[in-house]
Amino acid sequence: METPAIRCRELFKTYAGRPPVEAVRGIDMTVAEGECFGVLGPNGAGKTTTIEILEGLLPQTSGEVEILGMQWQHAAESIRESIGISLQETRFSDKLSVLETLTLFRSFYRDGITVSEAIECVGLEDKAQAWVKNLSGGQQQRLAVAAAIVGDPRLLFLDEPTTGLDPQSRRQLWDIIRRYGAQGRSVLLTTHYMEEAEQLCDRVAIIDHGKIIALGSPRELIARLGGEHVIEFTLTPNATTLNQQENGWTQVNHVTGSVYEDGCHRLTVTQPHLVIPQILSHVEQAGAQLASLTTRHARLEDVFVQLTGRHLDDTLEKQA
Amino acid sequence: MNPPVSGNRLARHPMMQLVLSRMREFWRQPAAVFWVYGFPLLMMVALGTAFRNRPVDKIPVTIVETSEAPAILKILQQDERFIGPGGGVEILSLEECKQRLRTGKTLVMISANASPDADYTFTYDPERPGSLAARNTINNLLQKAGGRLDPLTVSNNEVREPGGRYIDFLVPGLLGMGLMGGGMWGVGFAIVNLRIRKLLKRYLATPMKRSHFLGSMMISRLLFTVTEVLILVLGARWLFGVVNHGSFLAVALLVILGACQFGGMGLLIASRAETTETVSGLMNLVMLPMWIGSGVFYSVERFPAVLQMVLNALPLTPLIYSLRSVMQDGASLLSLLPQIGLISLWTIVTFALAMRWFRWQ
Ligand SMILES: Nc1ncnc2c1ncn2[C@@H]1O[C@H](COP(=O)(O)OP(=O)(O)OP(=O)(O)O)[C@@H](O)[C@H]1O
Ligand SMILES: [Mg+2]
Repeated sequence: METPAIRCRELFKTYAGRPPVEAVRGIDMTVAEGECFGVLGPNGAGKTTTIEILEGLLPQTSGEVEILGMQWQHAAESIRESIGISLQETRFSDKLSVLETLTLFRSFYRDGITVSEAIECVGLEDKAQAWVKNLSGGQQQRLAVAAAIVGDPRLLFLDEPTTGLDPQSRRQLWDIIRRYGAQGRSVLLTTHYMEEAEQLCDRVAIIDHGKIIALGSPRELIARLGGEHVIEFTLTPNATTLNQQENGWTQVNHVTGSVYEDGCHRLTVTQPHLVIPQILSHVEQAGAQLASLTTRHARLEDVFVQLTGRHLDDTLEKQA
Repeated sequence: MNPPVSGNRLARHPMMQLVLSRMREFWRQPAAVFWVYGFPLLMMVALGTAFRNRPVDKIPVTIVETSEAPAILKILQQDERFIGPGGGVEILSLEECKQRLRTGKTLVMISANASPDADYTFTYDPERPGSLAARNTINNLLQKAGGRLDPLTVSNNEVREPGGRYIDFLVPGLLGMGLMGGGMWGVGFAIVNLRIRKLLKRYLATPMKRSHFLGSMMISRLLFTVTEVLILVLGARWLFGVVNHGSFLAVALLVILGACQFGGMGLLIASRAETTETVSGLMNLVMLPMWIGSGVFYSVERFPAVLQMVLNALPLTPLIYSLRSVMQDGASLLSLLPQIGLISLWTIVTFALAMRWFRWQ
């Protein structure tokens, strides 16, 4: 059997303190060579803690970690030579240029690609001489990725590579990561963005409160909802009786899940064209009226809501 | 399009790259350059000028207008201290003379035949520095002109040669102070800054060797020190004619020892600090007693004996003492073994503690 890029068993991490924080509470996962694996979860779920343990930057409280078949206790040096890292927050030296920063990082690795190759890879050619402080947020993130790949790693760790970026910069980074993955390298990335995981990852682990609550390809996870479609509708305020029977909708044929939240009913369904007429007749019987009704394909976000009753990124949801 | 990456093996060595980065960051920060290089120089110029040995002190006096006044004027003007800017004798009305005295423009007012039992009356404020000396000078000149003969002969020997002036005392002190500030800020502040930016952690995630990182910190410190010392020493030489009476090698060795000692202290202070406030607070706390008590501006011997024992044990005191002994008196390093031993001890202890406590993340 091929050695996996990452394997961890029974990973636990408790931060000492009053009270102690159990940030990671038993994580098992295996990332295959060549796979792009996503770790999804809300703020404080334990993503950074997990990834930093895997990166050898943080000692675990208990559990086993194997990176490219090696263990941190025995082969830290060789692991570091073969992985590339971008931390959740790093501010490179303001007054060094892109070229100088990458030349410095390149010097740490025995083997690697050339600095100009790294710059080209992230599309920063015309910023090579610019000081770091004069780069935009997206350009700084691309620099972070360039610094991560300059040692030509077989395994790339990216902790929230696109958080805080505008959609266009985010897409640029996705392209870079995708191209990297296409060379048969493994990638582990964490993110808040469902769309990012769906776009980039072969498999995702959804973690919450330090535990994996779902694992699989985005497609599988969505399929596990039981329905591929989502119907969202709101009723006029006088429809109190209907609003109270929160879970009543699951009794309707072809409805696999139902959530009621902030006045909005969200049903996961297999056959929207059969469910909608039934909704309409129920509403009419109750003497209520529809205020809105939309249908769409199910997303990973819906998986998270279904599993936890919460949204992945509360701030994001409120803006929307 | 891209500039070629240097193929030189030395240039690609991580230590070289780390040193280069430190140097670039420093030179691109004008404020840091000023504080490290400009400030000690300015301090030297200011203090050196303020305490320089003045040429002959001038004596400003007035003579109250009477028929005798021109005669007195003639007598006094035989002495250069009463001629020219800053000095000068003037004959003025009584009112004006009093006013000048009151406002501190003159030291003494001379009146002839102002009272029945005196030929001359000197009016002056004995509390004012120099007024008594001025009165005596005037008295001597007038008495001599009046026919007084001095029964004894004397000769004066005034010390004004380079080596014994205040500036000669000050320059080794400023050198020591520069080494202290440079080491603490250059190493300590730089490291805390890297830690805050999570760059230290980022470096740690690469195969970079920790020894390369710490080594590069020390090497860049030494390189900065060379410039710092050269600027101060050459500046002192050109501006004030301060020369080194000891061996050049001895000074160089002391400078290196001092740079290592304070580099170690900077490292120790930065080993745990997580914010710039903590690190600057700690540094000022450590440096302030040494600024005051280690003999930068005045000799440690001015403090009470009990306190001297403590002050002599501080890291900066033996360094300044040694620099001064070499530069001013030409002392040999051999005679400074106790001081050098103390400096080495501080260096070893601070490095050992720093290595033990240093937190990379
Ligand atoms: N150094 C630390 N000491 C104590 N508690 C910590 C420490 N670092 C993280 N935690 C706690 O551990 C939990 C998990 O944190 P972690 O940073 O792994 O979350 P995350 O999933 O990366 O969140 P985010 O999306 O905000 O980056 C949080 O409750 C956090 O407060
Ligand atoms: Mg995080």
